[in-house]
Amino acid sequence: MSQSSSIFPLRLENIQVRKRGNVLLNDISFSLVGNLTTVVMGPNGSGKTTLMRLMHGLERPRQGSLNWAITSEQARSKQSFVFQTPIMMRRRVDENLYYPLKLVATPKQETDLLVNHWLSATGLANKAKLPAQFLSGGERQKLAIARAMITKPQVLFLDEPTTNLDGQSTREIEALLRKVKPDGTCIVLSTHDLGQAKRLAEQVVFLNKGHLCEVSDAPQFFQKPQSSAAQLYLDGDIVE
Amino acid sequence: MNDIWQGIGEALRLVFSLDADLFEIVLRSLHVTVTAVAIASAIALPLGAWLAVSRFRMRRFTIAALNTLMGLPPVVVGLIVYILFSRSGPFGVFGLLFTPTAMIIAQVIIVTPLIASISHQAIRDLWADYHDLLISLNTTKRQRIVTLIWDSRRSLLTASLAGFGRAIGEVGAIMIVGGNIDHVTRVLTTAIALETGRGDFALALGLGFILIALAFIVNMTIHVLSKTERERRW
Repeated sequence: MSQSSSIFPLRLENIQVRKRGNVLLNDISFSLVGNLTTVVMGPNGSGKTTLMRLMHGLERPRQGSLNWAITSEQARSKQSFVFQTPIMMRRRVDENLYYPLKLVATPKQETDLLVNHWLSATGLANKAKLPAQFLSGGERQKLAIARAMITKPQVLFLDEPTTNLDGQSTREIEALLRKVKPDGTCIVLSTHDLGQAKRLAEQVVFLNKGHLCEVSDAPQFFQKPQSSAAQLYLDGDIVE
Repeated sequence: MNDIWQGIGEALRLVFSLDADLFEIVLRSLHVTVTAVAIASAIALPLGAWLAVSRFRMRRFTIAALNTLMGLPPVVVGLIVYILFSRSGPFGVFGLLFTPTAMIIAQVIIVTPLIASISHQAIRDLWADYHDLLISLNTTKRQRIVTLIWDSRRSLLTASLAGFGRAIGEVGAIMIVGGNIDHVTRVLTTAIALETGRGDFALALGLGFILIALAFIVNMTIHVLSKTERERRW
């Protein structure tokens, strides 16, 4: 919960990730400075999820280095991750929110305040005592975001958080993410929803077939991408 | 068929006549079995969870060995415990042979692998669901084990009840280490064996029906208390 020392910048140098003989990411080098909402884009199988998991520490590089400004152990406690398919603990909605706070031994009074705040922010206050299993897909994703945000992380990774959701749920989740931004949390989000990327991105990391094609400011990326793969992608063509 | 009706009649007679000997035997059966299952669960549930979340060199071998031990022959366990606790054995000094404590020890040895193996299966499935989340939340191994045990508690209840089922019906080991001494170590199963040996089938069958009813009541009570099968709870 501590905000004391910034974990940024994050530097990735010559990263390669392999799994079962397949190269999922190769020769990835870039830096994240932390004050920009970064959207990781690319076609299916481009390595978006692998890159997100790598940055969060859920995957290990075969080659190269990944360094935060502080030790990886300290950095982990200042990050949260929201998975594409939200993982609901077999507990009530409010207990899902209490869980990460208990892990870091948050005082009871503060815990109750935070849980109530996030139940209200997500519109789940009236479902607080229901098993999380009973929630709809959109509500589950909102609960997953609240659970990730409740410890006030410096970085929030979201792996295609609205992929299986309808327009209304997508809007609600994007509104929730906009609320998060002023709290000083840096958002790193992967998506292949071009509209969502345009609405949220301040910086874009574009991947194709496990290679980093470009890292650009969002306006520049959407107006004049540097790589042909990104241009094809933005034009709606099939990216080979 | 006539013997079965006589057995049911004998069971009802024993229960409704408030037979003092019967209640003593029933209480001892419950004491020995519940204590053994509680101790076994305290060992087996964390063991099952630890096996689910740990990666080590002999892991597959350990799990295979645990599964094999589920079929541990009670008579062999009884014999080993007997040798260990007999006067000339290494633990003979404790004087536990032919006491309910020896019976509890034998039952713990018999049911621990069963509970551990079933709980390992249940927790392994939950760990597959929770893996990324708990790693992401930077949990320690101890926190993971506690979380997995708590969140799969209803499945683990089934594991403990399976252990209870095995222990309450067990006769071979407790006959050897308990000795079936009247008013000391006699329990329902050893009483059934004794009455069968004496040729009093009606009484033996009556005790058998009481044993089945007892197991059913304990299972139902635990299900009701833990609110399983209600409101689609986990």
